[in-house]
Amino acid sequence: MSAPLLSINNLTVVKDEVPILSGCSLTVPKGEVHVIVGQNGSGKSTLAATLAGKPGYQITQGSINYLGKDLLTMTPEVRAGEGIFLAFQYPVEIPGLSMIEFLRASTNAVRGYRGEASLEPLPFLDYVRSKLKVLKLGEQFLERSVNDGFSGGEKKRNEILQLLLLEPRLAILDETDSGLDADALRTVAQVIQELRSPEESFLIITHYAKLLSCLTVNRVHVMHQGKIACSGGTEIITDIERHGYAGLFASL
Amino acid sequence: MPQNEQEIIAKTTSKSYPFGFRSVIATEQAERGLNEAVIRFIAQKRDEPVWLLDWRLAAYRHWLTMNEPTWANVAYPQIDYQAMHYYAAPKQRQALNSLSEVDPAIRETFEKLGIPVFEQERLAGIAIDAVIDSVSVATSVHETLQNLGIVFCSLGEAVQKYPDLVRQYLGSVVPANDNFFAALNAAVMSDGTFVYIPTGVHCPIELSTYFRMNAANTGQFERTLIIAEADSYVSYLEGCTAPRREENQLHAAVVEIVALENAEVRYATVQNWYPGDEQGKGGVYNFVTKRGHCLGKRSKISWTQVETGAAITWKYPSVILEGDESEGAFYSVAVTTARQQADTGTKMIHLGKNTRSTVIAKSIAAGESRNTYRGLVKVGSKGEGAKNYSQCDSLLIGGKSSAHTFPTLESRQTKANVQHEATTSKISDEQLFYLNQRGIRTEDAVGLIVNGYCREVMSRLPMEFAVEAKKLLSLTLVGAVG
Repeated sequence: MSAPLLSINNLTVVKDEVPILSGCSLTVPKGEVHVIVGQNGSGKSTLAATLAGKPGYQITQGSINYLGKDLLTMTPEVRAGEGIFLAFQYPVEIPGLSMIEFLRASTNAVRGYRGEASLEPLPFLDYVRSKLKVLKLGEQFLERSVNDGFSGGEKKRNEILQLLLLEPRLAILDETDSGLDADALRTVAQVIQELRSPEESFLIITHYAKLLSCLTVNRVHVMHQGKIACSGGTEIITDIERHGYAGLFASL
Repeated sequence: MPQNEQEIIAKTTSKSYPFGFRSVIATEQAERGLNEAVIRFIAQKRDEPVWLLDWRLAAYRHWLTMNEPTWANVAYPQIDYQAMHYYAAPKQRQALNSLSEVDPAIRETFEKLGIPVFEQERLAGIAIDAVIDSVSVATSVHETLQNLGIVFCSLGEAVQKYPDLVRQYLGSVVPANDNFFAALNAAVMSDGTFVYIPTGVHCPIELSTYFRMNAANTGQFERTLIIAEADSYVSYLEGCTAPRREENQLHAAVVEIVALENAEVRYATVQNWYPGDEQGKGGVYNFVTKRGHCLGKRSKISWTQVETGAAITWKYPSVILEGDESEGAFYSVAVTTARQQADTGTKMIHLGKNTRSTVIAKSIAAGESRNTYRGLVKVGSKGEGAKNYSQCDSLLIGGKSSAHTFPTLESRQTKANVQHEATTSKISDEQLFYLNQRGIRTEDAVGLIVNGYCREVMSRLPMEFAVEAKKLLSLTLVGAVG
């Protein structure tokens, strides 16, 4: 096993005075693809939001170590600069803000954090065009307002477009596969396959086995009542498909 | 919203006003106070003909019978009209042979403001009239304009050179007795800009006036008159700033536009008068009457305004749609922060047949400010086939600001189509977090969201100014980005 990229230790998170995560621990080594499954309300999205630093989530116990640093002291934008990317389950609409302006501001903010030069409008356009092609998105996509009037599938592809542009070290995909048709799902799986490298790890939250069937996965974690109840290989997915979560937990 | 985010928003939406410097310019002023002697003094200083003096005096006498309007949704202490000066002019030699003879302090003022009035080489696409206090100090003259027969000069100069045109149109759109502030303006009006576009001429460059209030305790009462003859076109932009002063300054301007058959006038304003400090001390009282008259068939007048400054704004750029098939438009972004109060909107008066008007008003209220949209769409008995679309959006930032919308419709026509839509929104925590998660700092995120919200209006501004106006918006709301 290579050096850990992310290690979550005994994390307890409270939202609106209700504990959602309690004693959650998880390690993701560099370059690996990990999957989190679990029932609705088990805390998967809270874990994703906590990793990204969303305000309103109170950490009452535990720690998160990311690349040897204390993640919890970092602001959300610093985490983004450090390479944490969250593909949102429900991307928010920002009427009037054009995609191209948003994508360039975002790309240059992250590049700036890494000490790289800003991309001027024309080189940026070339850069973004190459990524649009991967996702089979037309250029008129760039003229639209951020997520405004997007279909469910377009919103999800937009998240993956940003993932491609920002080149994170840890990409957290919060149910990115829900609402995607079979073709789009295959494209997303392909993107992940191509991006995974010793420098890029994935934490994929999903309800569906479909995405996993076109992806090589290092480890699967099952979340239950705010913590990782068990971890293993993809055989866990097969178990859940056959016996449901109840069956899995009964066998533990 | 968590505390730290609120703090960031409070910090980033607080006022930063880089134009607040004062210039030391030798100035000649009228005595404080307003009376017929002062009006005669102004007319004499400007070497005006008798008919104009009579017009001023009639306006003054009417003004004395009028009361200051109190219906606007703004509150301010009683203005003492006898406490201020009604005329202030930078002293300079009478006739300048070239712009290079302009007082260096004035040049420096405009250089600091980033107004390229004295840099001929940078003026390829634009002609500028620069006004300080009551007078025009310099107009960059373009050969292009002269060759086309376009007149672009100060109103004072026009009174001397084109008295017939001025006499024909002055007060024809905004009569001297129109309202309290318009009457005051007519009595003591100072320099504004005069534009005349001859028949069939498409003005190839942007015309622009830059207004600067400098002298203390002095009101600014400029008057601008734009006449577009048949089949002509002009795009005009005004910008305004004032020094940071502890006392309030009064600005009561009038703009009149006349568009004849098939003519199009686009009028844009980037208003950034000094807004007062965080506690609401000082700032400009901006009481302005702007009105366009679509006199000819198929004529078009549009008002685009980006209003970020002034302590109090009272302003309703309007269009009288008299010519059949004429079109009026109003695109507005009004931003208030700290203790600013704005009551602004438009009036679209549909008199001719098949006239159209569009109103897009975006207000942004931050700090403890109050932002009101007030609009009137009126369709006269002969306004068959009139169409209006109005959209009024309010964006609230923080929990202490307020936005209000007062749309009024008066129609005497059954064959008219009037639509009004209104929304109120807030910058949501979700939007900020989304942008933060993409590496964008909160101060930049606020700027992006606000500029996005205003995109429909900003895209109407002439290219060069859209960039400036965008910067101004970010600067006003996003101090840290400056």
